[in-house]
Amino acid sequence: MSLGKEMGTQAGEKGGRMLSLSVDGKSVQVREGAFVLEAARAAGVEIPTLCHHPALEPYGGCRLCLVDVTRPEWGGWCKLVIACQFPAEEGLLVHTATERVVETRRVVLDLLLARCPETPLVQELARRHGIEQTSYVANPEPTDCILCALCTRVCDHLGISAIATVNRGIGREVAPPWGEAPPDCIGCLACAEICPTSCIPYETSEGSRTIWGKTFEMLRCTRCGRAHVTVAEADFFAGRGGVPRSYFELCDACKRKEMAATFVKLSRGAAGFSVGA
Amino acid sequence: MRIESEQAFQRFVAQARKRSSARSREVLVCCGTGCLANGSAKVAEALAAELAKRGSDVPVATFTKRTGCHGFCERGPLVVLQPQGVLYTRVKPRDAAEIVEKSVIGGEVISRLVYKDPASGQRIPGYAEVPFYQRQTRVAMRNIGRIDPADIEDAVAHGAYAGLAKALFTMTPEQVIEEIEVAGLRGRGGAGFPTARKWRSCRAAAGDRKFVVCNGDEGDPGAFKDRSIMEGDPHSVIEGMVIGAYAVGAHEGFIYVRDEYPLAVVHLTLALEQARARGLLGANILGTGFDFDIRISRGGGAFVCGESSALMRSREGKVGEPRAKYVHATERGLFDLPTVLNNVETWADVGAILARGGAWFASMGTAKSKGTKAFSLVGKVKNTGLIELPMGTTLREIIYGIGGGVLGDRPFKAVQTGGPSGGCVPESLLDLPVDYEKLTEAGSMMGSGGMIVMDDRTCMVEVARYFLQFLTEESCGKCIPCREGLHQMLAIFEDLVAGRGKSGDIEKIERLARGMQLGSLCELGKSAPNPVLSTLRYFRSEYEAHIERRACPAGICRELTAYEIVETACNGCHACFKVCPVGAITGKIKELHVIHHDTCISCGACFDVCPTQAIRTFPKKELAERGVA
Ligand SMILES: Cc1cc2nc3c(=O)[nH]c(=O)nc-3n(C[C@H](O)[C@H](O)[C@H](O)COP(=O)(O)O)c2cc1C
Ligand code: SF4
Repeated sequence: MSLGKEMGTQAGEKGGRMLSLSVDGKSVQVREGAFVLEAARAAGVEIPTLCHHPALEPYGGCRLCLVDVTRPEWGGWCKLVIACQFPAEEGLLVHTATERVVETRRVVLDLLLARCPETPLVQELARRHGIEQTSYVANPEPTDCILCALCTRVCDHLGISAIATVNRGIGREVAPPWGEAPPDCIGCLACAEICPTSCIPYETSEGSRTIWGKTFEMLRCTRCGRAHVTVAEADFFAGRGGVPRSYFELCDACKRKEMAATFVKLSRGAAGFSVGA
Repeated sequence: MRIESEQAFQRFVAQARKRSSARSREVLVCCGTGCLANGSAKVAEALAAELAKRGSDVPVATFTKRTGCHGFCERGPLVVLQPQGVLYTRVKPRDAAEIVEKSVIGGEVISRLVYKDPASGQRIPGYAEVPFYQRQTRVAMRNIGRIDPADIEDAVAHGAYAGLAKALFTMTPEQVIEEIEVAGLRGRGGAGFPTARKWRSCRAAAGDRKFVVCNGDEGDPGAFKDRSIMEGDPHSVIEGMVIGAYAVGAHEGFIYVRDEYPLAVVHLTLALEQARARGLLGANILGTGFDFDIRISRGGGAFVCGESSALMRSREGKVGEPRAKYVHATERGLFDLPTVLNNVETWADVGAILARGGAWFASMGTAKSKGTKAFSLVGKVKNTGLIELPMGTTLREIIYGIGGGVLGDRPFKAVQTGGPSGGCVPESLLDLPVDYEKLTEAGSMMGSGGMIVMDDRTCMVEVARYFLQFLTEESCGKCIPCREGLHQMLAIFEDLVAGRGKSGDIEKIERLARGMQLGSLCELGKSAPNPVLSTLRYFRSEYEAHIERRACPAGICRELTAYEIVETACNGCHACFKVCPVGAITGKIKELHVIHHDTCISCGACFDVCPTQAIRTFPKKELAERGVA
């Protein structure tokens, strides 16, 4: 990354053609198929995002990554797009801080702060853009949910789809179907862990875990006895054939210990085989 | 019987025409949704029964035909007698016997049922002479009201599928696209995108599997042009789609119809079956080797589901929410395959263009907006209904020429065009020629072709609030500027109409509007500020009055308006006394009436009924000065 300025930096999918573009005057190379956001990050230009996650499909809900793009042949005309979803193109000129980008981003953050006046992540982001207090009517029932939909999208991505966004407009929220304990939920906590404001409540106690109003029986590590995964999660992933059910016998910590022990044994046993530098 | 050659098609047309002219007398009964709601099915039954009963007396074969919407919904149920072309309005089932006796058998015109022109006060018996029809030019709606939508032969006798035959038998797909280009056809669903360019890009897209889709979602409240076309002439939509599919190389099509349009689904389904049976749809169309079929897809009905990316998502069985369209649908649309999506009216234009030539279509309209356009004319106008006119017709001609002027001859204030996210155009622009560019320049848009006429009893701040409310409920909520922005904008407007406006509100509105226009994901959010910005542009002083003087100049906003009776004008007719819902008016017949401010809720009911215009509004805050609580 430090060589970026001289050599151009690289981002994007493996394989494919390399594209050269410029982000705020910095030239950068990305692989075909990459988005402008990746190009900007590779060029070291910061663009705020809330609903973006590299492992998930672009969503385009938070609108914070707005940028202006143009091409020399467009005669000065610029197009306002979102960086997370606009494909990088050869010769594209990206401007991340034009007057209208900065101003629109400010309006969006002002609105978000009105929705989530007490959420540290939102307060901090707004402050960095010069907003201390919302100019709109602050939500009388403050929420930490920014509706980025990362939770529902990661759940979809895993092929579970236990939760979804429901209702239109200002009444939109994330909920299990019919507001009841979601039948498809496996208690894997992917939603709670991906949530940027940690606003999905759950509880893991001795032997059981509760999330979305559903309580799960836990599987204990056969070595240390810690309750490390829900039975439903082990069944789901084993049932899908990606891993054997035995994979879940040990918790992650014990698995690492076991692996380390194997390496040590190997390095002692096999001549010419050593671990580490 | 399937038609498998050009000769066979010509024979079919000739036979259909012959059958049609054999029915020398037709009684056309409008069975569009509007007339059905007014009881036209009963009228059709009564007429048919009466004709059957008098079978032997009727000198020539007479046939009752249920047609689609004639457009003049205000006057329904409508009955037209052919070949005389007599139009009867507001017909009741009990008029059936008289119509058959006097008009069908006797050839007389029943003056009571004839349309009375509100402008001249004259009775106009001829369908074609009624100004509402006379001033129209119908292309997309060419056969609505003329054909029985449930009878493909009747449609063919009136020219249906002639454009398709010409395209398939004599033209290459490229030539078809060129013809559409010459016509200058642009999308009728709102944005006005050039149809030929869309088709060409889809034709050029890689892959063998492509889709042709018809957008029949029509989510605008009050709009009904697409419904009327699908109900009244489903074949025009099917014909257009087959031609489009041939042009782009697609073999699968969908018509997306909202759930609230059951009659459209029935008529489309029937039309699809009949077209298939005749070889006008399905495998080996007209024996040319071209395969294409259409399925109907029913939609959940949210306004945003009409947006192209949301519509395709919902057709894929996913949540019907918009997504960014940086890759065109013509390359990656439905199921990520090349897709052409056009509006119902756009499709309905296609067959006529092919049959009569692109140059004919382009001879109507303005420099950049060619052909004709359908509008639904509603609100405070004498003649409401569905109309189709050449692009470039002025607002004045539409509202005064066809619409007959403002209801009750009140002063005209504005016309709202383009549906809920359109804008309001003021009186000073009445001579504006209506086309895509001119409406956009005026701060409004073509949108779905809705036109709501407003009189002087309209508060423009309240109008903006009303549309904001609709859009707030229809925003899907996916993106922040639209979801939160509309919510906050509505809050500001609720304060304005309640007299809680603050200085600085106008600037706040403008800043928020710009943020929503630039920041929102889809056109719903981007265009949502239109009603706000257009009213602010033309009626800024009304905003200022609400904020600075706590007054509603139009005398509408309840919290700001009080009512009183002008002593010299009241004739004591007692009408206001009867309508006041809270008993705030006292007075005896033929004596002066009085409104009691302590009970009056400022609903304005008295104002609307007073025959002598003796009711006056004034700013509520003056009540305090008068020493009234
Ligand atoms: C919120 C929203 C609602 C829309 N609803 C409709 C609709 O009901 N019918 C329609 O044809 N187009 C609708 N559109 C426009 C479509 O996205 C699309 O542009 C159109 O169907 C393309 O057809 P055309 O080129 O023939 O106009 C809507 C757009 C938006 C943003
Ligand atoms: S602009 Fe409104 S309707 Fe469109 S995606 Fe955003 S929230 Fe949904």
